Amino acid sequence: MNFPVILFFICGAIAVLGAILLIVAKEPIHSALSLILVMVSLAILYLLLGAEFIAAVQIIVYAGAIMVLFVFVIMLLNAGVEERTSFSKMAKYAGMPLAIFLLLEIAHWVWHASIGAKVANGAGAAGAAFSTRALSLELFQQYLFPFEATSILILIAILGALVLAKRSD
Amino acid sequence: MDFISNHAVLVVSLIKIAVLLFVVMTALAYLTWFERKVVARIQSRWGPYYVGAHGLLQPLADGLKFLFKEDLTPPMSDRFVYTLAPFLALSLALTALALIPFGPPDVTVFHQPVFVVSNSNIGLLFLFAITSIGVYGVALAGWSSNSKYPLLGGLRSSAQMISYEVSLTLSVVGVLLLAGSFSFNGIIERQGGNLGHWNVWPQIVGFLCYITAAVAETNRIPFDLPEAETELVAGFHTEYSSFKFAMFFMAEYANMLTVSCLATILFFGGWLSPFPASWTWQLYLPGAGLFALGIYCLYDTGTKLRGIAQLQMAVVTLLCLGGAVICLIPPVMPYVQGPFWFTTKVGAFIFFYVWLRGTLPRFRYDQLMSFGWKLLLPVSLANLVLTAFVILLVKR
Amino acid sequence: MVPISYYLVLSGILFGLGVIAFTFKRNIITLFMAIELMLNAVNLALVAFARAWNQLDGLVFVFFVIVVAAAEAAVGLAIVITISQNRRSLNVEDVNLLKF
Repeated sequence: MNFPVILFFICGAIAVLGAILLIVAKEPIHSALSLILVMVSLAILYLLLGAEFIAAVQIIVYAGAIMVLFVFVIMLLNAGVEERTSFSKMAKYAGMPLAIFLLLEIAHWVWHASIGAKVANGAGAAGAAFSTRALSLELFQQYLFPFEATSILILIAILGALVLAKRSD
Repeated sequence: MDFISNHAVLVVSLIKIAVLLFVVMTALAYLTWFERKVVARIQSRWGPYYVGAHGLLQPLADGLKFLFKEDLTPPMSDRFVYTLAPFLALSLALTALALIPFGPPDVTVFHQPVFVVSNSNIGLLFLFAITSIGVYGVALAGWSSNSKYPLLGGLRSSAQMISYEVSLTLSVVGVLLLAGSFSFNGIIERQGGNLGHWNVWPQIVGFLCYITAAVAETNRIPFDLPEAETELVAGFHTEYSSFKFAMFFMAEYANMLTVSCLATILFFGGWLSPFPASWTWQLYLPGAGLFALGIYCLYDTGTKLRGIAQLQMAVVTLLCLGGAVICLIPPVMPYVQGPFWFTTKVGAFIFFYVWLRGTLPRFRYDQLMSFGWKLLLPVSLANLVLTAFVILLVKR
Repeated sequence: MVPISYYLVLSGILFGLGVIAFTFKRNIITLFMAIELMLNAVNLALVAFARAWNQLDGLVFVFFVIVVAAAEAAVGLAIVITISQNRRSLNVEDVNLLKF
């Protein structure tokens, strides 16, 4: 019961709590806030795994830009309390148990996989392999083409968002 | 003693955090005094001089005022988010200060560095992460107030913050390329030597972009349209009163302090002294400076003030002279150098901030946004590309 | 330290909760957030595997997933704004003109 395991359980519990709050919340703004909580706790888990650059990118890009976009859209569209429509009976009585079964099934097979026995040494000699320098060398040498393709993808997304959100008058 | 050396990280960190919080809260309070005095002198008036000698107890009076005001919550506002927003803003602003090194890292107590609370080697990246979440305090405050001026102010303010955040981050990457490391100590050590080795000389364009983006990011004049009184009542913190407003107020000054500390670390050598290490007379500078300040306060006490103000100024004089004596004791002298230079440089930046406030008019919102996206972002990008190119040529 | 299977189980739980949220929520924006939750769960699994095999490819994959999620969120939310202006509602059941 050393410190990394305790920290993992705390952050994991906060992440699951955030996900449950996302399902249970009545207003979209509360769902957005709980998703931000999930992302921040996942960033701490990435730090535990030694991927510090990815943790920072997660907070800067995901929690600090994408979720700000979500929060802006919720504010602009004045999304209020979610309506309570009646679910189909099939969804409520067959869907929910099946979804929980999917969840437990994944958890069971993951638990018994042979990869599971490996232990994550986040901050050890192996931790240096995940430095920003190594990651950027890999990104710009081996994965250069996907990098350039992704930058064109972002350009297309910017143009698409501009065209779609423009007023038609 | 045994307990402390076994759990050194925990105990020393807690003590450092307590000391830092105390010092920062006092500094924030007296920053408001400093700003009011300097802006007043720029505008040819006196500023606070009534409450305590030279208005030095004004922050205390303001703090008490904030505590005693009525704490209203607007009706039909989202209560949880309304209360969360100021806490989020203040806690993020104060967390960013935990990463700043005030002095050299080799001064240790139980093997823990004394002058920095968290000596991490991704300090800069983490600081940017905290800055990018700081947008939520403003946006959520505007939304949860359930009123049109705060909503408009909040949306405008957060749009401004996320726009200038891009330029802020890009203008710093040039420094990162030169230093080769995200850690503040690495960046500072690369600037060792003397004044000529500071990062501001090779990265002058980056520095100018950084200062502009930083002023915009902290919502200060000339970029403070979202909270200007003539435009939007008070922007996103219109509906906040008493302690929650005080939290937003403190968060703004804490952001200003963080950005100034970051500017000194990245571009001006942090806690390094501008003189080469061989000039040993510079060791007497902190003591001499405090002594000069003490003499000025003595002159003030003796001639200009009467009554209780004289008593208060006498206390300030004694503190200055006591500080000067402590700085001149030979065992303490080398340890005081780092924090002294750091504080001086940060003080110069804060003076610059307040000077800007007193002098410039504010930008209109569309001018502000087009400046951020059409001028500042391309210039920061060009700076980055040029720096990378020059480093590549030189390394060849 | 922490076995990798712990991270994978957490990833599976988060993914399952994302599926539940996607199935049972009615607001379009909340559905989007459920998709982001599922993407985050997958990111956690990728980073855990990158650590398990000590290879950087997992991290590069996570980088690209985050970038693509950003692009997708931008375009998707623009579509959401357009739909909500046309159908005057954010309920996903109201977007039913093509329903059989």
